[in-house]
Amino acid sequence: MYGKGLIKGLGVTLKRFVNTYLDDLKWAGKRYYTQEGLAHRSSKDANGIFTVQYPEEKLPVPEEFRYVPFLVYDELEDGTHHNRCTACGICSKVCPPQCIWIERATDPKTGRPKQEPAAFSIDLDICMNCGLCAEYCPFDSIKMDHDYEIAGYGRTVHHLDELLKPASYYDEIRPLNSAREAAIRKEKEEAKAAKAAARAARAAKK
Amino acid sequence: MSDLDFTTRFPTGVVADERKGYEGYIVDADKLVEFATALRDEFGFDYLSSVTGVDYINEGKLEVVYHAYKTTGGAGLVFKTQVDREAAEVPSLYNIYPGADFQEREAWDLMGIKFTGHPDLRRILLWEGFEGHPLRKDWKEPYFEEDVKPFKSRWPEGDFHRAEDKNPYGANVQYPDKFDPEKWQPEGEDALYGSLAKYQTTDESGLVTDHITVNLGPQHPSTHGVFRIAAKLNGETIVNLKPVMGYLHRNHEKIGERNTYLQNMPFTDRLDYLSSMSNNFGYALAVEKLLKVEVPERAEYLRVIMAELTRIQNHLFAIGMFLNDLGAFFTPSLYAIEERELILDIFEMVSGSRMMCNYFRFGGVVRDLPEGALEKIKGLVLDRLPRKVDEMDRFLSENEILRSRTVGQGYLSAEDAIKYSAAGPMLRASGIPYDIRRADPYSIYDRFDFDVAVRYNGDIYDRYYIRLDEVRQSLRILEQAIKDIPEGEILSGKPQYTVRVPAGESYGRVEGPKGELGFYIVSDGKANPYRYHVRAPSFINLTAFGPMCVGLKVADVVAVLGSIDIVLGETDR
Repeated sequence: MYGKGLIKGLGVTLKRFVNTYLDDLKWAGKRYYTQEGLAHRSSKDANGIFTVQYPEEKLPVPEEFRYVPFLVYDELEDGTHHNRCTACGICSKVCPPQCIWIERATDPKTGRPKQEPAAFSIDLDICMNCGLCAEYCPFDSIKMDHDYEIAGYGRTVHHLDELLKPASYYDEIRPLNSAREAAIRKEKEEAKAAKAAARAARAAKK
Repeated sequence: MSDLDFTTRFPTGVVADERKGYEGYIVDADKLVEFATALRDEFGFDYLSSVTGVDYINEGKLEVVYHAYKTTGGAGLVFKTQVDREAAEVPSLYNIYPGADFQEREAWDLMGIKFTGHPDLRRILLWEGFEGHPLRKDWKEPYFEEDVKPFKSRWPEGDFHRAEDKNPYGANVQYPDKFDPEKWQPEGEDALYGSLAKYQTTDESGLVTDHITVNLGPQHPSTHGVFRIAAKLNGETIVNLKPVMGYLHRNHEKIGERNTYLQNMPFTDRLDYLSSMSNNFGYALAVEKLLKVEVPERAEYLRVIMAELTRIQNHLFAIGMFLNDLGAFFTPSLYAIEERELILDIFEMVSGSRMMCNYFRFGGVVRDLPEGALEKIKGLVLDRLPRKVDEMDRFLSENEILRSRTVGQGYLSAEDAIKYSAAGPMLRASGIPYDIRRADPYSIYDRFDFDVAVRYNGDIYDRYYIRLDEVRQSLRILEQAIKDIPEGEILSGKPQYTVRVPAGESYGRVEGPKGELGFYIVSDGKANPYRYHVRAPSFINLTAFGPMCVGLKVADVVAVLGSIDIVLGETDR
């Protein structure tokens, strides 16, 4: 029969239409603006309306989500901040669009390079959000942010003051990664301390 | 390769390429046509996959590199022709392999290799007034900083500036001799319209009809981006048609030659931005061939899982957008986008980004599946997607309007599909069961049980339906992959940001969702690829677009284009 295919297709549309309301009824008002509702709508069992009412609702981002890079500083016990960055330059070398600019600090007395950046700029208009800088940073210093709402009217360049964020923020957005990295750091430090102790013991023997 | 006895067949003019790390044959330019004819007719290499050039500036030579395959499967054959840089002329293979059409035009455009005998040798990606050939090694782009990355100005004295402030646009633009930009009048597009050939027809009653030229695009919703179709019409019937592209051209390959090997990985995401995992796959394979690294078992499975999920979401999107082109405005495409969204959620979880995945590394992948990802994939593959594919099938495949628009329209015969180097679903919908996953298996595809989807009518409907077939086959592969995936390492060796790639050449190809995606890489042993070429299926599939449309109505052109499934990021590169 001519038109059978059409009717069959319209049946699919009708089913979807009805399902939208059925799903709404089933969730009794909890389908929207709640975390569970949001999780349901992005799960394999989702039925009916898929859309997220941004900006009232926001999808939670997964831990590995990457947006733009930022720098991590540690809050020391005495209240001072310690920038993890040592200005080694690996991130700026690995950066595909070459958007990272680092000026290494020099000791004013000796004129020797110091292990910290004097200036650190990332041209976010050029950044392609690839995450290679964070991947290859040996000091767990440069990381990818989760905050994706940084649209502005002009061009966006982040300098050192905008880039630096506390380690507690990093722990919050990437708990698993941060715990893993902390464990590795601790292991390394312990190994180093053990080595130093062994060396000291050897020196004492002599 | 004992059956490839070229030296007996061609006692002079054909020698094996004996440079270290290279393979194939070097053919004299004057023997090229004869060689290619023999290759096609006597040796069975009926499919010319890729044509490109390499600029060996130190030797003063330009080399044209051809990759030919048999559509019955098996490894390919590389042959090359070397010509003097200053007078680069090579006979065109257009008459033997018409699929060389756009690729030779591209090589002329970007490399400046003149293909004598090519019927329409115009620039293809760049505009008509462009000076120079940018892929030559001595050509420098505006805002040029250094030959290779990383740039020295970034560290340790990284004084932030913008390239355009330091090196303003005008300062590094090369103009032709005696060229005055103030007085320049564009030539217009006589060459383009001329290539369409002007016709006049006279019917029985003696009525003379002029053909008219109509441009569809570049700003046209059916073209999926910025793409133009120059068509010659007789009434409403297409007499001749040429695609015009390059509006999104950014010289991906030149950027690639400035980059280090690793830095290219995120750039490949931006080729076919709907299927970045597949692009990563092709590039990783090409570099791994040179590096000769083994990929750990788990990483291979992860790669296959990601590549097949990419295929599913790409095909769903292609079907949705194709229905849009037919006029079924947005209901089918949004149904398809829902499923794609769920797959992108997985990509985001695993790689950190929905579309620009940058997930593959040389010798593995960047990170293991996070907790819960495998369950999500299982839920989709085993439960939701099969249901939804069937729903899509029920929803569309028997629809009378869709069928009357597509069945028997936009016909591409099997011979033509091979001739025009069509790849992927386009080739298989014309009855050629050629799928690289089966024909020349890479990664671990030889372990999986799946059928090569093939349909025989070669019309728009088959090109639509074969995508549903392929999604079903991908689901089959995924089912096996998620069942068998072992635990273990995901990267061989330590993560490295500089790789030492031995000198040589390699061609890595994968069956991308849109067709054969190939990466041709020449290494000179330094940290950056000497030559980096992308065989883009969206671009080469368009070669057959014109011939397919002749005789159709204007509205059908849109349907044919939708059935080819192009992404302009890849077409224009």
